[in-house]
Amino acid sequence: MIDGPALWLFIAALGLGTYALRFVFLGLVGSRPLPAWLLRHLRYTAVAVLPGLVAPLVVWPAATGGTLDAPRMAAALVTLGLGYTTRNVILAIACGALTLFAGLALMG
Amino acid sequence: MSSQTTKSPYWQGVRDGSPFVLVIVPFSMLFGVVGTEAGLHIAETMAFSVLVIAGAAQFAALQLLTDNAPTLIALVSALAVNLRMAMYSASLTPWLGAAPLWQRAIAAYFTVDQSYACAVVKFEQEPRWSVAERLAYFFGVVTPICPLWYVFTLVGALVGNAVPSGLPLDFALPITFLAMIGPMLRTPAHVVAALVSVTLALVLAWLPYNLGLLAAGLAGMMAGAQAEVMLERRKAGRA
Repeated sequence: MIDGPALWLFIAALGLGTYALRFVFLGLVGSRPLPAWLLRHLRYTAVAVLPGLVAPLVVWPAATGGTLDAPRMAAALVTLGLGYTTRNVILAIACGALTLFAGLALMG
Repeated sequence: MSSQTTKSPYWQGVRDGSPFVLVIVPFSMLFGVVGTEAGLHIAETMAFSVLVIAGAAQFAALQLLTDNAPTLIALVSALAVNLRMAMYSASLTPWLGAAPLWQRAIAAYFTVDQSYACAVVKFEQEPRWSVAERLAYFFGVVTPICPLWYVFTLVGALVGNAVPSGLPLDFALPITFLAMIGPMLRTPAHVVAALVSVTLALVLAWLPYNLGLLAAGLAGMMAGAQAEVMLERRKAGRA
């Protein structure tokens, strides 16, 4: 993993870029209307990026050298299911973690 | 919430923002812990929370950096997670666009999921509010949220070294992401976007430089937007 000046540069760039995204319309565009197609795509960015990021981590977990692992898969399903049904992020994290602990203890 | 209160817009904002404390405290603490676990110094972990101030992107960046993804790919992916901020910025503009530039510049920094969500609901309920009252409400919402985001990142970073080494922290980030994805799946179009993204991310995992993730994100975004158009058309056809 990068460290030192390279890491600081990375954090600064991410901070500046994120600020630019927050400022772009409020600060620069003013109240001119935006094209509907652009807003429609922006609506789906987070839900398109995060699942793609997490899927390989669940299917090929680094901790097992990349082989499918029952406790981690069970924890993933519990977390996603509870997050979807209850919309309660913290509850889903807590139950997912408990499932992982229980699964790892059972599998020894 | 329809009753007209005599409370100032600022204090109404504080009240509406307070419930999020229950989410912000454990979430920022977790970021501090995994930051320390990943080998970040406290100042670096804090810089993430102060400069970026967006949980999902911070976790995504940390995950990609610890996976030794190329820096540029990690940056683009984390910024892609934050593209929704541009949407928030766009939809706040009709309400706050008339404020002085320096106030809009500060409001932009504090545009987070919670302040956006509270503000757009409230501004529609109170169409007669002046721009100053809207800004007061907006800053009221972030008052209980953002300072605690910094403070508990610090707490997490400080206790990070005290976390027992046997814990399966490798899976803390995936679980956090999965818990966040659940509530995002609000409509069939969101589900389509997520499924396309997952499928492509797995199928294209062999691509170098994590390019598979970028392709999956782009395709998921387009699939979600397209699904929304098709669903609306079907609804219009039925009506």
